[in-house]
Amino acid sequence: MTSITKPQIIHEGMARNALGLTIRDYEGRMSTLCAGCGHDSVTSAIVQSFFELSVPPHSVAKLSGIGCSSKTPAYFLSAAHGFNAVHGRMPSIATGANAANRELSLIGISGDGDSLSIGLGQFAHAVRRNLNMLYIIENNGVYGLTKGQFSASADVGTKAKKGEVNEQQPIDPVQMAMALGGTFVARSFSGDKEQLIPLIKAGIRHNGFALIDVLSPCVTFNDHEDSTKSYAYTRQFFHPAMHADFVPPAEEIKTAYDEGEVMTIELHDGSRILLRKISKDYSLNNRGAAIDYIRSHHRKGEIVTGLLYIDESEPDMHAINQTTKTPLNDLPFDKLCPGGEALETLQQRFR
Amino acid sequence: MPGRAKSRVNDFVIRLANVNGTGSASANGLLMKVIFRMGIPVMGKNFFPSNIQGLPTWYEIRVTKDSNLARSGEIDIMVAMNAETYQQDLKSLSPGGVLIYDSTWPRNSVLTRQDVTILGVPLAKICNERFSDARTRILMKNMAYLGTLAALLDLDRQVIKNLVEETFSSKQALIQANIEAIDLGASYAQEHFKCPLPTRVKSLDKTAGHIMIDGNTAAGLGCVYAGATVGAWYPITPSTSLMDSFKSFSERFRVDPKTGERNYCVVQAEDELAAIGIVLGASWNGARAFTPTSGPGISLMSEFIGFAYFAELPAVLFDVQRVGPSTGMPTRTQQGDILIAAYASHGDTRHVLLFPANPKECFELAVKAFDLADRLQTPVIVMLDLDIGMNDWMSEALEWNEDYRPDRGKVLGAKELEETESFYRYLDLDGDGIPYRTYPGASAKGAYFVRGSGHNKYGGYTEDEDEYQEVVDRLKRKWDTAVKLVPEPVIKMRKSAKLGIVSVGSCDYAVLEAMDRLARKGIHLNYLRVKAFPFGDKVAKFLNQHERIFVVEQNRDAQLKSLLLLETDYSKARMESILSYSGVPIDCRCIIEAIEGHVAKEVAA
Repeated sequence: MTSITKPQIIHEGMARNALGLTIRDYEGRMSTLCAGCGHDSVTSAIVQSFFELSVPPHSVAKLSGIGCSSKTPAYFLSAAHGFNAVHGRMPSIATGANAANRELSLIGISGDGDSLSIGLGQFAHAVRRNLNMLYIIENNGVYGLTKGQFSASADVGTKAKKGEVNEQQPIDPVQMAMALGGTFVARSFSGDKEQLIPLIKAGIRHNGFALIDVLSPCVTFNDHEDSTKSYAYTRQFFHPAMHADFVPPAEEIKTAYDEGEVMTIELHDGSRILLRKISKDYSLNNRGAAIDYIRSHHRKGEIVTGLLYIDESEPDMHAINQTTKTPLNDLPFDKLCPGGEALETLQQRFR
Repeated sequence: MPGRAKSRVNDFVIRLANVNGTGSASANGLLMKVIFRMGIPVMGKNFFPSNIQGLPTWYEIRVTKDSNLARSGEIDIMVAMNAETYQQDLKSLSPGGVLIYDSTWPRNSVLTRQDVTILGVPLAKICNERFSDARTRILMKNMAYLGTLAALLDLDRQVIKNLVEETFSSKQALIQANIEAIDLGASYAQEHFKCPLPTRVKSLDKTAGHIMIDGNTAAGLGCVYAGATVGAWYPITPSTSLMDSFKSFSERFRVDPKTGERNYCVVQAEDELAAIGIVLGASWNGARAFTPTSGPGISLMSEFIGFAYFAELPAVLFDVQRVGPSTGMPTRTQQGDILIAAYASHGDTRHVLLFPANPKECFELAVKAFDLADRLQTPVIVMLDLDIGMNDWMSEALEWNEDYRPDRGKVLGAKELEETESFYRYLDLDGDGIPYRTYPGASAKGAYFVRGSGHNKYGGYTEDEDEYQEVVDRLKRKWDTAVKLVPEPVIKMRKSAKLGIVSVGSCDYAVLEAMDRLARKGIHLNYLRVKAFPFGDKVAKFLNQHERIFVVEQNRDAQLKSLLLLETDYSKARMESILSYSGVPIDCRCIIEAIEGHVAKEVAA
């Protein structure tokens, strides 16, 4: 992934978080994406979220596959290890990383090409495994690096820049994750940080697979009229159903809500998500109803956004496996190797 | 009795023709184990279909006082329990042999031979009279023929009894039924035939210090002993039992008895592409991780294998080779993945291969594979095949060196990073082509990007020609270091020999037997068995010491020979192939024939 070195300038009055770090400590190298690319807004929302959560940058690993979106891990958290996998295969790398070190905080950045075509299987199985990671799809309906082919998320009737019309059904990662038993399913828009940042924070803290499908327009190949993934279209048909506020542990809930208006969900680390219905007829925690709701609005051309499903009680991959709490990469050899005497004993059965 | 039965004490082959899914495998395994416990060296090969129930299956047991542990190609005793294959089974019996069949049902008189002895035992009838349940009747029929063989071959009945008791120790009720069935079969033989046959066993003391084990079990155990904590796989014959082994030994040794918590994590992936990805993700984070697979899996994993080569991540793969190309014959053996494994993936890639020839080496080379992968920061593929992986072999007992500590290679932890001025991932600081690595989460100073795209020695993305070339040239130097670290070949030299045999893996015992028999005819050969790729100096030296080299391997296209010709400067004209690739484990006859043919030609010329 290409990038440009960014000079680190820290002003004296810059805000510092609980670790004493400034937002600069959460940035990466300079983006080489097109000016106005939705992905850069997502990157800055990620930077903001990790900074505000005071996550030590080196305790995070950032992963991606191949594509424009997959270049973005170079543009945030330069003190975190990164893994730029082969196309569509980042979820398996994340699975292995989590298997080896369950304490590492994982953030995966993918795109609609990377996750919904070549990587559809790996995406689906990461959801199924309830792998403990935040998985962001920067969804723009188009292949950018290969110059403008439709992706699998393109809506029927969408016109490519050169005039070709897509007639195949779109694959919606949100509906898929919902159907596959995803435990944290959200959709947002790169242009709405107020909605996106709390979702990223909640996704980082969620114990399990957190999907955020972020509509992130491609200014070069898919921002024209007749595109349903353009800035103008998304702004017009953006339909927030549930708003989530994120409250870190030990922090007071400051905003005043009317009684019955807000639902509080406590996460494993003591943080809370305050969920507020924006659309009265949306029912949270009902997968079937959620899918119906999303589909009926999609038929009207609307894009339902917000934290659309959450279940904090499902076991993640390690809980299912009953893995020891100590990260496996930290176990001493004498705990792993049974030794010569055990080998002698067990060979009795082979004699 | 017709036929000309030879006296062949402790030197003969029994073949058992069964229908799969009828429980014959446990009776056949028991038979082999009895012979082994009587101190007689023994070999067992299972020829089974890619099917669960109803198709023909054969089990071949070679009783071999001289420890010739390959197939001989002869069949001296046939237990023909499958009516469907009866004709074929009768035909395949060697002259002078004995055929035993279930005489409950009439046998077509056309289907007979004058040069063999045919013994009918009404196995179904005697079992049906004694046992009432349908499934029990089927199962006990197997034990009944075992009883008949016990009488005919003079098997030690006490050894049989002990083994039955051990095998069914958790199901007491079964012990009595099994022993009764064995007695029924034995009594019938004693009453109707002259027992024992001239072809029979006699106790020896030649199996002390040995075990009966299959290579997959040994390799899985090796992974446990190497300290592997993450295993990822997609089920594929014939590698599945390797992960079964890792899981069962881990359950035994790696589960906290109080909490039930596991010190390992096995992920059954959605496919092989994901399985290798999981291995790389885990080893990127410093866990020892592995995946067992077979040829089709290697094809699928190739993309990530190339990634791991270029990004320099350790990974251990076990390729339990089966018959290709494509789906091929999943339950038959071959050594057909040598070339794809050596150069898997696009671009300039090459990988360390290890070639065990028996279960003991499966155990040892499994451990070695992790050390090499960590030291060299690259994939290491352990090349088993179905024959080693799934058949029970008489093997020297496994040993463990308590002083062993894993070689985790060049890893900088948080403390070391603190002490260094700066860290760059791909610098060759020691001149051996091996850079230093760091694990995620340890320290901000060690952070870098793992990438399969072009990178420079500092770990940064590059499209610069010089920076790119510098990295791939260093990878070549790392390969030169690998040559010094991999296991050396096994060499057997006779000073005067001008002919040499080079072979690999499960061909070993067939080659040894062929050499032995040829020596008795005055044809002497030297032998080198490669244990690793890259080959190294000893292989090149051995080749150059010989006027002619015969390369014995189990594939059609002479893949080992090709690799030797590519990677050494030995003359193609002086290298000859001896190939066996039908899917059945190699026997010594093809080797003897080829070499005798060559010698005869030389004499004629």
